[in-house]
Amino acid sequence: MATGRVMVIACGAIAREVLRIRDMNGWDHVEVQCLPAGLHNTPQAIPKAVSDKIEQVRNQADTLFVAYADCGTAGALDRVLEPLNIERLPGAHCYEFFAGSEAFGDLTDEQPGSFYLTDFLVRHFERLVIQGLGLDRHPELAGQYFGNYRRVVHLAQDGSRSLRRQAAGHAKRLGLDFDYRQFGDGPLAAALTPVLENAGPATDNGPSASLEKTP
Amino acid sequence: MTEEYDDIILADLSDEELIEQMYDDLYDGLADEVAEGTQILLDRGWEAKRILDEVLVAGMTIVGVDFRDGILFVPEVLMAANSMKAGMELLRPILADTGAKPIGKMVIGTVKGDIHDIGKNLVGMMMEGAGFEVVDLGINVEAETFAAALIEHRPDILGMSALLTTTMPYMQVVIDTLTERGLRDDFTVLVGGAPLNEEFSQAIGADAYCRDAAVAVETARRFVEGTA
Ligand code: B12
Repeated sequence: MATGRVMVIACGAIAREVLRIRDMNGWDHVEVQCLPAGLHNTPQAIPKAVSDKIEQVRNQADTLFVAYADCGTAGALDRVLEPLNIERLPGAHCYEFFAGSEAFGDLTDEQPGSFYLTDFLVRHFERLVIQGLGLDRHPELAGQYFGNYRRVVHLAQDGSRSLRRQAAGHAKRLGLDFDYRQFGDGPLAAALTPVLENAGPATDNGPSASLEKTP
Repeated sequence: MTEEYDDIILADLSDEELIEQMYDDLYDGLADEVAEGTQILLDRGWEAKRILDEVLVAGMTIVGVDFRDGILFVPEVLMAANSMKAGMELLRPILADTGAKPIGKMVIGTVKGDIHDIGKNLVGMMMEGAGFEVVDLGINVEAETFAAALIEHRPDILGMSALLTTTMPYMQVVIDTLTERGLRDDFTVLVGGAPLNEEFSQAIGADAYCRDAAVAVETARRFVEGTA
């Protein structure tokens, strides 16, 4: 469990949600720093990027938390974090913790040919999906990338209609059906809460009193 | 290099220059040019097998190395693979006519739950380029389907691909199914996909993990030649 000031090192693709959850809960002791969301397409670079960030910020907080799942690093991220005793989000990737593992499993069973969009991916579809896959330069590759897919599933967090409309547009552009599931921040909040909520600035009688925080 | 490039007339180049140019065209993903170059070499009397080995496979190997080293990215690799395919399409019927015996046979597929197939397709193509007969079961392949295909096709090698950490464990299910049926020892099992590693391959009882298509070809060759 976290004590004192907590620094969350978050994937840029989920930072907005992490900040929203923090603010809603009034976790003033939690600070968030992001790494570029583009690392998603080169997962082999994630462990080093996280480890460099840890080096950089470790003196600025009492507890560090990494808001990444395994994210395709196949255990390499855990090999960085375990010796340092730093926790991360559970699961394989962010789609899983945005929907919750069980719901995500059901969606995949229901239609293996599902391509998932989070709010972040809906907003940054052009940069991360289209440009990330080189479809801006080579639109003719779309069939090779998405030929096996049947539908786009928007795993929605904030529930805004404009995002939903955009997501439907992205599905259309890929020539796929569109499905919308509103999950809110619930599953992500559920993963963050146990680690972040009980920390906090030292109170006079708090068990996690931290000297630096005591005025 | 674009303008000067547009002016190049492939048919005017010597064999050596043409091959260099075809390496560049393959690297740049210019499928029409690669097909044209392939046809020119055929017209000059080159054997299909030699064009495949010395031009297409060799050129694609350069692409593979630069992808591994992070110089090229997925779209470039796909474009290059498509160009190689354009050349291979011209060679395939000729190779079939010459009746050259394949050096081995492989059944390949992406495991259940996973529909990533770019890497698998590339491996399949390079294996074919190396003289293997390849039976591609596609994506989202169940253990039963793998088992049935192995019985039907009797390949030397089973290749499984997975790109998701959530689908990697299914490879174990496939291997267990083969073991239960007493089939496991009849085949060499090669596994691949970005999140895998040698340790995982050993843990599930595969014969080898292959980092990329070039390693896959080399490893498969060693197994069929009995030198592995
Ligand atoms: C391209 C890509 C896609 C394309 C797939 C297109 C297609 N037709 O395959 C698209 C955009 C559609 C896609 C979808 C998804 N993807 Co994706 N994808 C990638 C990406 C960027 C590259 C994979 C690739 O094609 N590489 C190029 C090829 C040439 O390399 P390769 O696959 O590694 O293959 C080589 C070797 O591994 C080896 N090899 C491979 N197979 C085999 C088999 C054998 C037998 C052998 C011997 C060797 C071998 O040889 C190959 C050639 O050299 C990776 C990230 C990455 N860099 O790996 C993410 C990645 C694999 N995807 C990921 C995810 C999460 C998804 C989605 C769930 C995302 C979503 N928004 O829905 C969906 C999957 C949904 C589903 N139902 O399956 C994650 C997986 C995370 C995890 N924990 O598992 C990754 C790691 C990205 C990330 N960091 O989050 N993806």
